[in-house]
Parts: sequence; structure tokens; C-alpha cells
Amino acid sequence: MQGFGLKTALVTGLMVAGLGATPALAEKVKFEFWYGLSGDLGERVQDACKKFNDSQANFEIVCTSQNGYPETVQNAIAAYRAKKHPAIVQVFDGGTLDLMLSGAFVPAKKLMEDNGYKIDWSNYFPGIANYYATAKGELNSFPFNSSTAMFYYNVDAFNKAGIEGAPQTWEDVEAASRKLKAAGYACPLGFSFDSWATVEQFSAIHNQPIATKNNGYDGLDAELTLNKTKLVDHIAFFKKMTDEGLFVVKTKQLGMDVVPAFTSETCQMIQSSIADHGTIGKTIKAGAKWDVTMLPIWKGTERQNSMVGGASLWVLNNRPEAEYKGAAAFLNFIAQPDMVEWWSTVTGYIPVTKTGFEAMKAKGFYEQPAFKGREKAIASLTFTPTSANTRGIRLGGFPQIRKEISDAMEGIFFGKLTVQAGLDQAVERGNVILRRFEKTYAGKALN
Amino acid sequence: MNKRTVFKSWWLPVLFALPQLLLIVFFFYWPAISVFNWAFSLEPAFGGAGERLFVGFDNFREVFADGEYWRSVSLSLFFAFTATGLSMLIAFVLAICVDRQLKGSGIFRFFYIWPYAIAAPAVGLAFRFIFAPESGLIAVVNTWSPDLWNPAKFGSHAMILVIICFAWKWIGYNFIFMTAGLQSIPRSLLEASSMDGSGPVRRALDIQLPLLAPTLFFLLVLNLTESFVGPDTYGIVDLTTEGGPNKATDMMVYRIVSEAFRGLNYSGAAAQSLVLIGLIMVFTFIQFRFVERRVHYK
Repeated sequence: MQGFGLKTALVTGLMVAGLGATPALAEKVKFEFWYGLSGDLGERVQDACKKFNDSQANFEIVCTSQNGYPETVQNAIAAYRAKKHPAIVQVFDGGTLDLMLSGAFVPAKKLMEDNGYKIDWSNYFPGIANYYATAKGELNSFPFNSSTAMFYYNVDAFNKAGIEGAPQTWEDVEAASRKLKAAGYACPLGFSFDSWATVEQFSAIHNQPIATKNNGYDGLDAELTLNKTKLVDHIAFFKKMTDEGLFVVKTKQLGMDVVPAFTSETCQMIQSSIADHGTIGKTIKAGAKWDVTMLPIWKGTERQNSMVGGASLWVLNNRPEAEYKGAAAFLNFIAQPDMVEWWSTVTGYIPVTKTGFEAMKAKGFYEQPAFKGREKAIASLTFTPTSANTRGIRLGGFPQIRKEISDAMEGIFFGKLTVQAGLDQAVERGNVILRRFEKTYAGKALN
Repeated sequence: MNKRTVFKSWWLPVLFALPQLLLIVFFFYWPAISVFNWAFSLEPAFGGAGERLFVGFDNFREVFADGEYWRSVSLSLFFAFTATGLSMLIAFVLAICVDRQLKGSGIFRFFYIWPYAIAAPAVGLAFRFIFAPESGLIAVVNTWSPDLWNPAKFGSHAMILVIICFAWKWIGYNFIFMTAGLQSIPRSLLEASSMDGSGPVRRALDIQLPLLAPTLFFLLVLNLTESFVGPDTYGIVDLTTEGGPNKATDMMVYRIVSEAFRGLNYSGAAAQSLVLIGLIMVFTFIQFRFVERRVHYK
């Protein structure tokens, strides 16, 4: 009897608890968002999620950091295969084509139309949108954290060495390096083997192709061509400067990456993402004067727009219908001008929409000392209308191709490879990756 | 006459073996079958089993035709033999010293075992900071002469770094087994030999080494396999050199994992895994066939 009594009590208790809780639970649709940012930036994503959850009562977004861009793609793939994938996933620029051909996503435009949101797609900066859009210009994913490569320099060191103004050309950089060296600075310019600034952005602003078929936009049968462009001379210039001790290699393996090398005032000039603007301001010695400018060009070149970097948000398919309403609401929420402004302020990423940028400019955001210079990233991205060489890079297995390029750079700067032989090696190995990708997705059309 | 006990029931042994069988099926045979599937087709990253393209031996042909692959095989072999040799040699010397009951050997025994308890990525991270050529503890040697130590720049230095990491971790493991093995050698043998006037080195070579042979053989197989294909090798390479500079430490395991998961080339990686499994089988066969002959268990 006692056992029975206890059981009934338990069951009733559960029912009461269940009844009490159910209505509240039923209203909220939970869905997941996986992202790759970690550390300080990862915390800011959590803030964005919290803002969304507090702003409405119908949906609850659960945000999880996968600690790294490649890891996020890998984990999303594993989850997708097990049918336990998140509704939204953050994918970095290099993984764009892998997602595009996967057939595993709901295109951004369709998602918003289906859920009744009116988005002015032309409001996105074309330089940003084209990277993630179909050939017809329809967005597949939402630009989220966007950046571009910039050139940082230490104003204090420049003054001490008697250099005036920001270097505009690589000739200026060379002259500045010599003056800095003469003034006793051991590392005038620090660089790493990351291909993003030195290879990809350089090629875009100098209107040089990375691969045939308009950098892969016109077909999977594209081939790398970066061993036949101005890039060869550019890398040769870096090599010459390194041999003279004017440019210095700074990598994680050596003990210090470029950004810490700049913030510790070891190196006086670096190329890095505009997203590091916030970090540099926070970590460089208080009172140190530094500035940011567009990447230099070679004299006599007509500057083109630089390419967008960072990541975009993809909505994966095969989730319950209700989750898509939530996903659309979230994506709409973060695209609102005040959210765009907040996100850009706390991170250093650029506002992705024209209205967001205008609103920030009107408020005097870019005149505040802490944020001064960030508008130059927009200027760099929108310098010219995008063209075949500056629209973006649409190559399969691109993360692996980047690795091949940086391997080749290791060979050029540390090993016995000549510049031409090194770039040939990168192209040869990169083309193998492209051919395999082409075979794997044979019959799939690029759209 | 041998007395034999025969158990009639058949389900009892099966029941006892079941947990192990299930583990093997789920964590070995099942994945192995997928790998087999992928190795003969071109697997798109997000799946789509219906559209998977059967390509026969294409993936293998591609792997074998790649000069980088063979370089990776020889790097792995070099690494496996050197790291195993180094860690077993040092562990042996340490074990012999502890076995002599020198002063403080109890404390040393305790400390020597520790490294094995540390996860390989943690070892890699720690060693990266210690051995960073510009900012690590070792940076001081570069002030004596520039580039005396620079694993970021020289492939040979990078290889040395990875070998040191691996050996450091595995010395502890080898040490435990060797100490246990040495303790089972009858003291009287050693005492008799010292009365005949032999020193510690002679005793180690003539008595302890031969009597330890079964343990050493076991450790040899284990160390070689582990350094050739083990997760420790992957963890250490990933956190110290990332396979560089210019692929100088691009071991087979590291190559497979980074091709599969960073490059999303599941099929190529699957083909490479199968080749690796084959190599390990040959490797182990050779060891049992030719090395074990020289081992006397009694």
C-alpha cells in the first residue's frame, strides 16, 4: 500500500510539474547555431544570442562554439551525416564552395521569402555579397562577420625614423623599412605565411587572377594560375627584403604571430585583418600611437577593391519547419541597423550593409579615437565595383590549397626553393586538389 | 597425464566475450567497412550516398603516384624507428639505474612514470613553448649563434623536436614495464656475476638484457606501432609543427587526418588509411617472424 501511495504521489507530482511547465515550453522553439569564433569574439557571439533570446518570446537560440572555423565545418558535416545538425552554422570564406555544392542548405533568399521577411538584398555591399551569392547574385548565406586585410603601422616608430604619412605603395614600404632599420628597429615589417593577405588580397587589389575561369566562378575545371602573375615578383620582393633583414617572418611556430609582434612593438608594420583592430587597440601599450591604412599597391597599378574575408551564416536543410521560422527571425534580428552597429563596435568586423555603415558614420562612430581607421576597410572593399578577379574565390578544397601555398612559402623563405619553384609547387599540388574536387562533384553545376 | 576440464555450454563463453566483441564491431569493423566503401568511391563531404561515384582503384593510384605520399611514408618510418629507439634506450638505462636501488630510486621511479599520464597534445603545447626558437626557453642558444636551433625553419630540427616530444612521453611507459621485468630477474644471478668481478654495464648486457628480451620485444612492437600510426604522433605534430616546415614532419597519420577533415577529402584519406593498415600488418608480421625468433620466453 505504502508503495502504491508513493507511486501515485510521484505520478501526480510529475503531472503537476509537467502541466505547469508545458505551456511555457511549447511556446518556445529551440534551435541550434554552431559557430567557429572563440575567445573574446566567441563571447560576443554569445552576447548576440542572448540579445535575440531576450528580444522575443517565441524562439530560443542555443549557440555553441566549435572553437575554430575548420572544426565547425567538420563537426557540422559529422552532425549532418548523423541527422543531428544545427539549424544555422557559421562557415568561413574558404569553405563556401564546399557548402554551395553540398545541397545541404536552404538558400538565404528562399528562407527569408518563405518566412515573410522582406530583405533589401542590394543593401549588402556588393564586395561582400558576391562572395556568397550565386552567379545570378542571389545570396546563399548571410554575411555575418566580414573583414578585409589592412595594413597596420606604428606611428611612434614612423615619427622616430622620420617617415611621414601612411605608406601607399610597396615602394613607400621599402623606403620606410630602410629608414626604420636605420633608426634601430630590428623588425620593420613582420609577415607570416598566411596566404590571405599576401596572396589573395594582393591579387585582388592588383587585378591579378588566382585561378582560371574567373577564380573558379565559371566552372569547377578552374586551374590555379598564381605562379604566372604579378604575385611572383611580389613574393620575390618579400624574399629580397627578408634576406636584407627588412622584412621578418613571424609565425606561431617561431614563437610569435604577426599580431602579437605588432602589439608588443617588435615589428612596426604588419598586414592583418580589420577584425584585429579591436584586439590591437586593447593589447598594445597604452599611449602607443598606431594607425591602419589600406594595403599598399605597387606604383603604377590601378587599385581594385579588396576581397571580403571572415565567415557567413548558412542555414542547413532537413530541420523541422518551426526551426526555420526561428532561424529567419534570428538572421533578420542580427541584420537590423542597431545590431549591425553593436556587432561592429564590439568586434572590429565591418558593417555588412550600406545602411548599417551609413548609420554608424552619421553617428560619428569612425571619429572616435578607438575606432578611427575602421572606415578604411569599407573604402578598401568598395574601392571599385567587383570584377572577375576581385569578386571572390570559388575553388574547391580551398582551405587545403591555402595550406599548400603556405607550405610553399615555408620552402621559399626557409628552404632551398626559388620563388618560381615554390609557387609552381603550390600550383601543381593545388591543382591536384581541384581536379579531385571536380571529379567528386562531377555533374553538379556551379550556380 | 593432463587433466582437462571441458565446459559443455556454448553460450557462456560467448556471453563473456560479447562486450569485447561488440566494442570491436562498433569501433573497428564498422568504421573499417565505411573506410573501405569510401576508398573505392568519391565521397562528397556532406554525404549523398545515392550519388556516390564508384571509381575502383583510382584513389589508390592517385596516392601511389604522389611523390609527397612516399616522402611521408619514409618520414614516418624514420620517425617511428628513431623515436622508439630513443625512448626505449633511455627508459632501459633509467630502469637499470632504479633497479640498482641507488639512493632516491623510489622517488625517481615515481617521477619517471608521470610523463605518460600527460595527453600528447598537452605535451606538444608545452614543448612548443619550451622549444620556440625566438621566445621559448631554448631561445638563448640562438643568441650564441643565430639559427642554432630553429624547428620552424629547418626540417631536421622540426623532426628532432617531434621525436623528443614522443620519446619523452613514452619513456615513462617503457620504464614501468622494464622496471617490472627487471625485478623479476633473480637477484642471485646478478650477485653471482658481481662476485665473479663483472661491473654494472657487463651485468646489464649479459644478464639483464637477455632476460628482459620478452618485455623488450613487447615494448618494441607497441612503440613502433604507436609512433607509426598512434594518436600521440598526430597530437604532437599538430601542436608543434603542423607537418612543416614545407612538409618536413608530414607523418602519415597527420596527413590522413588533415586531408580528411581539413581538406574534406574523405576518399583519398580512406585509401591512405587502408594502405597504412596494410603497412602495419606487414610491419608487425616482420617483427613476429624475424625478431621474435631471437626472444626466449623461458
